[in-house]
Amino acid sequence: MKNPSDMKNSSAVIDEGRRGFMRTAAGVATVTLAPGVLLHTLAHAGSPGQGGGVPRAEPVTDAVRYGMLIDTTRCAEGCTACVSACNRENGLDLQEMPTGADPALWDRQESRWIRKVKVQDNLTGHVSNLPLMCQHCEHPPCVDVCPTGASFKRADGIVMVDRHLCIGCRYCMMACPYKARSFIHANVEEKLTLAPRGKGCVESCNLCVHRRDHGQPSTACADACAAEGHHAILFGDLKDPASPLSQALAKLPSRQLRENLALNTGVRYSGV
Amino acid sequence: MKRIVYREWRLAPQRYWGLLALLAVIAGMGGLAFWYMEHQGHWVTGMTNEIVWGTPHLFAIFLIVAASGALNIASIGTVFGKTTYQPLGRFSGLLAVALLVGGLLVLVLDLGRPDRLIVAMTSYNFRSIFAWNVLLYTGFMAIVIAYLVTMMERRLKGYYKAAGTLAFTWRLLLTTGTGSIFGFIVARQAYDTAVLAPMFIVMSFLYGLAVFILVLMFACAQDGRPIGPYLLKRLKGLMAIFIAGVLLFILIYFLTKLYGAKNYDLVNYYLVSGGRYTLAFWFGWVILGLLAPYGIIMHPALGQDPKWIAGASALVIFGGLASLYVIVIGGQAFPMTLFPDKTILESGFHDGVGGQISAYAPSLPEVLLGLGGVAVALLITAVGVRVLQFLPESLADKDIDPHAAVKA
Ligand code: SF4
Ligand code: SF4
Repeated sequence: MKNPSDMKNSSAVIDEGRRGFMRTAAGVATVTLAPGVLLHTLAHAGSPGQGGGVPRAEPVTDAVRYGMLIDTTRCAEGCTACVSACNRENGLDLQEMPTGADPALWDRQESRWIRKVKVQDNLTGHVSNLPLMCQHCEHPPCVDVCPTGASFKRADGIVMVDRHLCIGCRYCMMACPYKARSFIHANVEEKLTLAPRGKGCVESCNLCVHRRDHGQPSTACADACAAEGHHAILFGDLKDPASPLSQALAKLPSRQLRENLALNTGVRYSGV
Repeated sequence: MKRIVYREWRLAPQRYWGLLALLAVIAGMGGLAFWYMEHQGHWVTGMTNEIVWGTPHLFAIFLIVAASGALNIASIGTVFGKTTYQPLGRFSGLLAVALLVGGLLVLVLDLGRPDRLIVAMTSYNFRSIFAWNVLLYTGFMAIVIAYLVTMMERRLKGYYKAAGTLAFTWRLLLTTGTGSIFGFIVARQAYDTAVLAPMFIVMSFLYGLAVFILVLMFACAQDGRPIGPYLLKRLKGLMAIFIAGVLLFILIYFLTKLYGAKNYDLVNYYLVSGGRYTLAFWFGWVILGLLAPYGIIMHPALGQDPKWIAGASALVIFGGLASLYVIVIGGQAFPMTLFPDKTILESGFHDGVGGQISAYAPSLPEVLLGLGGVAVALLITAVGVRVLQFLPESLADKDIDPHAAVKA
């Protein structure tokens, strides 16, 4: 079942189509703006010509594998800079509670890509804080179960949802061991071109894929954390031994969350 | 053996149309509920990012599981050569198809993007058990219809046994597929076990049979067709065996979960501390849904009374819905073990802080959509028996199995 070369091939094939779509989408974004699409967001997303790098012209390859190291000893209690940055970057802050909705229920229905979690060890009482998001599994259960192939893994290791194929069955949400995914429960009036959120589909953290496709170095959450001076999130290429990420991973002891599931996650944690 | 005479359902028109109208109204309300949820989005339901499958799934899975179980009566007649059951084969096939249509309808109408059904039919990920299920369901429908044709068309009699065997094999695959939808979910403690696939098969035997008995008794009572005591005794005997089977699988499920300490908390949740899910488990599923009907069937006096047998079947159906509530919703509500050996103190995403169970309250549109699926299944059955010859004119023991009449 889990033949790695198989997986590579299939993700490469999927990525062909994906690439075409992304390029068109990026093209559209710079020329015509659909109603409800906010211009300023393109700027801070680092679109071409904004000093944010140039759009990717080559197909995504598996020469890189994107990942993260989260140093929980640096993650500050009560700080949610990464969460706010993600919300702004990916337009999650544009979601509005539908009129007549119950706020407590809506709180469980709203889409979130990243959240802060505070855990305490049952034996030692040690408390850790950490951000939790899609772990970009090498063997992603969400991709395995998706009936249409909408949930897919790019050659560079990013796991995401093709919003044109997703039928909203939510099986991937049942299958994700990190509860990383959200379903869009209501109409979204305003959305960003880079994260065109639509009612009835599922989404999750995509490691700021638009930044990857414009050759930018980092993710919104990692930048925000660094700007606060915490530097708890380090983003980079797991396959490049010279990358700061690989070097940090070589130095610090780290682990995967729920390592017993053997998913070989792209996001690693230290100090928890 | 006497020749069985099949006849269309002969109800007085007012009665028949009244029944159809009633079912159509329920189905229509389901349709409206769908339209409302589709138009607004799922925020109008009780479903959330934690409880991603809700009441519609409970009904859909019940109907799908019952569909494959309802076919059993035909299979016993064909594959295992039990002549007593053969006259019931056509009705069993019809009911199976009807229940499956109802269940699939609910499943599809609850999708986030039901308008993309064509994507689900054309774009397959063959690693996904869900995609396999789409093929299993469509295949089941086609095979059962072919099987029905071999029963009803004398020139095709030669294919009867082969079609019946294929249908039986396929229904086993189908329920294995349904059970595996849950069994393959390693992420959630309540699922992640291979026992779920065979457990769903036994549940399908039981729930399908209960629906079959109830609908058959209703259909026959409406136009005064007799059902012989021997036949009824056989049917309720089967039900007793299946009840015992489900109880056994519940036991096996908990034993496998108790093997190794890591699932003690899950077992404790289901059996003791899970609040409404514990109540639904004990009172809905085990006591009312299994033990009570078993008691009725086995009771020397009540077990002879058709009314009580119908009541026992209704209890089994109620228990079936309770069982899926416990499995589908209870299984999701149990907090996911994101950090073994740690307690979640705070979370920005409701991750079962301090071991808290995820909240879920079904909303009216969800329930209406589910009931709409049931109504569609019954509507198809009612139209089927009216226009085609699905039901034998008499199910009296002497008419279907002369031996049986003596034995009874
Ligand atoms: S963390 Fe969840 S959503 Fe992300 S790749 Fe793994 S299974 Fe998929
Ligand atoms: S909700 Fe969408 S991405 Fe998730 S499994 Fe279903 S079709 Fe795939």
